Amino acid sequence: MSARALQQPLPLRVTSNAFLALWCLIAAFPIFWIMVQSFKTPVDAYDSNALNVILGPETLARGHGMSVLQILLGLGAVWLTIRLASRTLPAFVRGSLEGGLQWFGWIIGSTVLGIGSVLALFGLVPWISEILNPFLGPLGTDVLGLTTEHYKTVWIERGFFRNFQNSLLITAGVVTISLSVGTLAGYGLARSGSKLAFWILIVALIFRALPHSVLVAGYLPVFINSSEWLAPILGENAPTLYGKPFAVIAVLVAINQPFTIWMLRSFFQNIPAELDEAARVDGCSHFQAFRRVIMPVMWPGVITTGLFSFLLAYNDFLVTSLLLDAQNQTMVPAIAGMFNRETTTTDQVVAVAAAVSITAPLFFLVMVFQRQIVSGLTAGAVKG
Amino acid sequence: MKFKTFAAFIGPSVFMMLLFIAFPLVSVFQQSFYITQPIYELVDVETCTPGFLTQTCVTETQSMPTLDEHGEIITQTEFVGLQSYRNVLELGRAWEALSAGSWTAFQSIDFWKALRFTLSFTLITLPLVICAGLGIAVMINNATKAVRGPVIFISLLPFIITPVIGALSINWLFRGDGILTAALEWYLQRDIAMFAQAWTIEILMMFYRVWHVAPFAAIVFYAGLQTVNQDSLESAIIDGASRWQRLKYIIIPHLMPLIVFISMIHLMDSYRVFEEIVGFSSQGHVISLQWLTYDFLVPDQAGNRSISRASASAMLTMIGIALLLVPLLRRTWRDHHGGH
Repeated sequence: MSARALQQPLPLRVTSNAFLALWCLIAAFPIFWIMVQSFKTPVDAYDSNALNVILGPETLARGHGMSVLQILLGLGAVWLTIRLASRTLPAFVRGSLEGGLQWFGWIIGSTVLGIGSVLALFGLVPWISEILNPFLGPLGTDVLGLTTEHYKTVWIERGFFRNFQNSLLITAGVVTISLSVGTLAGYGLARSGSKLAFWILIVALIFRALPHSVLVAGYLPVFINSSEWLAPILGENAPTLYGKPFAVIAVLVAINQPFTIWMLRSFFQNIPAELDEAARVDGCSHFQAFRRVIMPVMWPGVITTGLFSFLLAYNDFLVTSLLLDAQNQTMVPAIAGMFNRETTTTDQVVAVAAAVSITAPLFFLVMVFQRQIVSGLTAGAVKG
Repeated sequence: MKFKTFAAFIGPSVFMMLLFIAFPLVSVFQQSFYITQPIYELVDVETCTPGFLTQTCVTETQSMPTLDEHGEIITQTEFVGLQSYRNVLELGRAWEALSAGSWTAFQSIDFWKALRFTLSFTLITLPLVICAGLGIAVMINNATKAVRGPVIFISLLPFIITPVIGALSINWLFRGDGILTAALEWYLQRDIAMFAQAWTIEILMMFYRVWHVAPFAAIVFYAGLQTVNQDSLESAIIDGASRWQRLKYIIIPHLMPLIVFISMIHLMDSYRVFEEIVGFSSQGHVISLQWLTYDFLVPDQAGNRSISRASASAMLTMIGIALLLVPLLRRTWRDHHGGH
């Protein structure tokens, strides 16, 4: 059959692409806008003229600005980051590292790239342009108002760094534990055709639908009084579980389990069972077959599931805001506290800067792992 | 696989789910019938104020929480049956309002207000998400190969963003004289306050939810579009089917299992609507069922959490979940017994 018959008439193609462009605008605009706002002084950030918000005349007047050279350098750095994150890093990790080592490759690679791009954008580019600006005449004068003062306020004065550390601790804990528990269960469920396995999956499906506030209503009284009922077992040093990061990690792992085992099971089912049979014939036990034969080919699935565990833990508001005290608070509940007391416009822009700080790692994540995220979204669905 | 090996593999996961999901569920069910309160006792308190010649002393009886020897408040837990449910449902007030025909009075009761919003939110966003997702998927499929990657990248952003932050970012576009409110005011030549009444907030919340979930639907549908049988499309063309007919009679039936899948996931997730309330700080006007439970759990000014009322409202929320799950479970059951 000729491709011509399937070819679409020009007007249809144009309309379709126009709507697609409109969708991209709608999808990106709110995120783009808070990013722009976070770099401006309050007067500019809340100007009713969009052009003033983007160009930032008031910010420029206060002496915070970028020259044409600096803009070009900045765009170059951003382009380089995108290029490295979406092409070079995945190709490198996939090409030169094997199986289990890919883990470390991904983590170390993206951390280095993330820190590197922040340093390049906020350190290297201003430094170079400061040296070169005086020699360049019109290219060296400031044209675009930009300031990083709100980020300094958020991260240094408001102690957002502490929240960042807490978020890091909790997400790292959740991802590691839920993957190690989940891969075992996913493998067991994929390879067993028994009635019990089926029922466990059904119950997991029911658990997935539960609102998290229902579960938290169950944890709260138990956690707050835990030093009383743990005392007979642990003696004097029985901890109060309320406010402890490890308790929250356990809770989030459990909430995450139903989703994790469903997803991992569907990845394991894609690996032919002949592979473990062959290993069993060669004298491996089930566990050895799992560890030496199946896991090395499972890494793509594990990484994809790990991404979704990461998102759940990182994005959580309800559980962390109710079960952690102010000292151990993670970033998302902390920002909710921040915008609730926003009174001046400066406070508002500071809250915007905090919101952008939370979004930046996610943005980076999509860049590096776009392929894995798409495969994870379709894994459960296409098979029904 | 022998049962023992199977148990060893799934053991840790099942243990965690039992301990942190099944057990809390049972304990919430139990808590909803009990109430824990401080014990109050009546104490005669004599307050004296200086007066001329003698002090003026007044003795009055006050109810004070009883303290134990460490100076902590003694609490007691008692069985109250369905009292907490009655406190949440306020059936008497609800019935009065309904028989008086006053919808406003009915909607001033928190539970019914939350239920009304949760249901309308779920049912209105469902078709919007499916249509937007399908539309975006078809458009991505139409586009040239070179732009698909970047478009999927941009489409993933609303999906992956932290829900509270996503809601906030849309909130900030409209809050006060936000850029889009300013644009609307300029276009309509009138003053607009997006956050002064409930219905505008609800529209923004629904818009946010569609914006957040449509990419997920779009990517799933896009993957489904890759597997459409080209032969049936060709025969349809030979038979003279128009583009619209091909979409209606070949592509949509092919995607039907995916549409059902997305609908199920979306029903479950949007019934739990919560982050929107936080992100749009709409609790003054609009609340949802899950937010109601959350609100009972947050300590009030005196530092008390109304655990039993939270449990009751949680159990009431569960009824809706159970209703939603029945078709999903029936489908999984059929797949499992028909497919294997």
